[in-house]
Amino acid sequence: MRWFLRLMPVVVFAAFAVALALGLQNDPTRIPSVLIGKPMPSFALAPVEAGSPPFTTADLKGHVSLVNVFGSWCAVCVEEQPMLMALAAQQKVPLYGIDWKDAPVDGARWLRQYGNPFKRTGNDEIGRTAIDLGVTGAPETFVVDRQGRIRYKQIGAITDAVWRTRLAPLIAQLEAER
Amino acid sequence: MNLHRLRLGLAAALMLASAAMPAFAVLPDEMLPDAKLEARAVALSKELRCVVCQNQDIDDSAAPIARDMRLLLRQRIAAGDSDAQAVHFLVARYGNYVLLKPPVQRDTLVLWFGPFAVLLIGGAGLFAALRGQARLSPPPPLSDEDRQRAAARLAADSSPGGQT
Repeated sequence: MRWFLRLMPVVVFAAFAVALALGLQNDPTRIPSVLIGKPMPSFALAPVEAGSPPFTTADLKGHVSLVNVFGSWCAVCVEEQPMLMALAAQQKVPLYGIDWKDAPVDGARWLRQYGNPFKRTGNDEIGRTAIDLGVTGAPETFVVDRQGRIRYKQIGAITDAVWRTRLAPLIAQLEAER
Repeated sequence: MNLHRLRLGLAAALMLASAAMPAFAVLPDEMLPDAKLEARAVALSKELRCVVCQNQDIDDSAAPIARDMRLLLRQRIAAGDSDAQAVHFLVARYGNYVLLKPPVQRDTLVLWFGPFAVLLIGGAGLFAALRGQARLSPPPPLSDEDRQRAAARLAADSSPGGQT
């Protein structure tokens, strides 16, 4: 019994150290979305390109979609854009864009320069819709199901690996849902 | 008046004045016209984490999203939300992480009470260790010769003038 008591501090410390080591694996900058399973917050955004139709929540109903938050100031978005263009070309899933913290002219210019994969692109210069979505940076992409519910949030660029391992399987599953 | 003294005095006054002003990121165009509401907004801002510069509160952070959050908070307060409602507005969107002081609930019990638990366990361990030490084996009994020598020594000590 005595050796057990003697060993207790070591055991407690070891348990504590393991718990902390596991905790250090988490990246605190990636705040998980609290909106998973909840309906997409309602929004009605003016188009980025004058003359184009606006982008509203109603556009997302009835089919699985990807909603990508980007900005002309966002460096990583430039790296991601070819991937989004490829997805749009292969018509895997409709893509919608939210131009965040941008003047519409800047967003429009950026899309002309790097390509526009989006069916609709809304301008959120004020940033209210982004806050409603719990956005903390760009690029972020939401997977929205047929009923208009958020089912996944991708923080950071969609890479080939992200598409293959996370998004494509999920989209297939959501499309099978009624 | 001594010009040198005047300049020193002015410098001191300026330093005091700038030291007394808190450094905050709230711009004049964000502030609510009602001073009481603005005071509430500032107090609440100090408890809300900037989701980009995550070790700063939104009152402090110069990040654009912090400004957006400050403006939204003030909108809610001006619209009549209570403190709890206004804060809940942001928590509903970002989760409890946006609170600088996390709520006490099941998944934060370890966070809140862990240190005390560790302190208690450590204290119990220390207590057990000290008690164990006190239970040392008693010294072996003195032989007769040693006992006489000890008695003689003690007698010598207690006699007047006897110093060790």
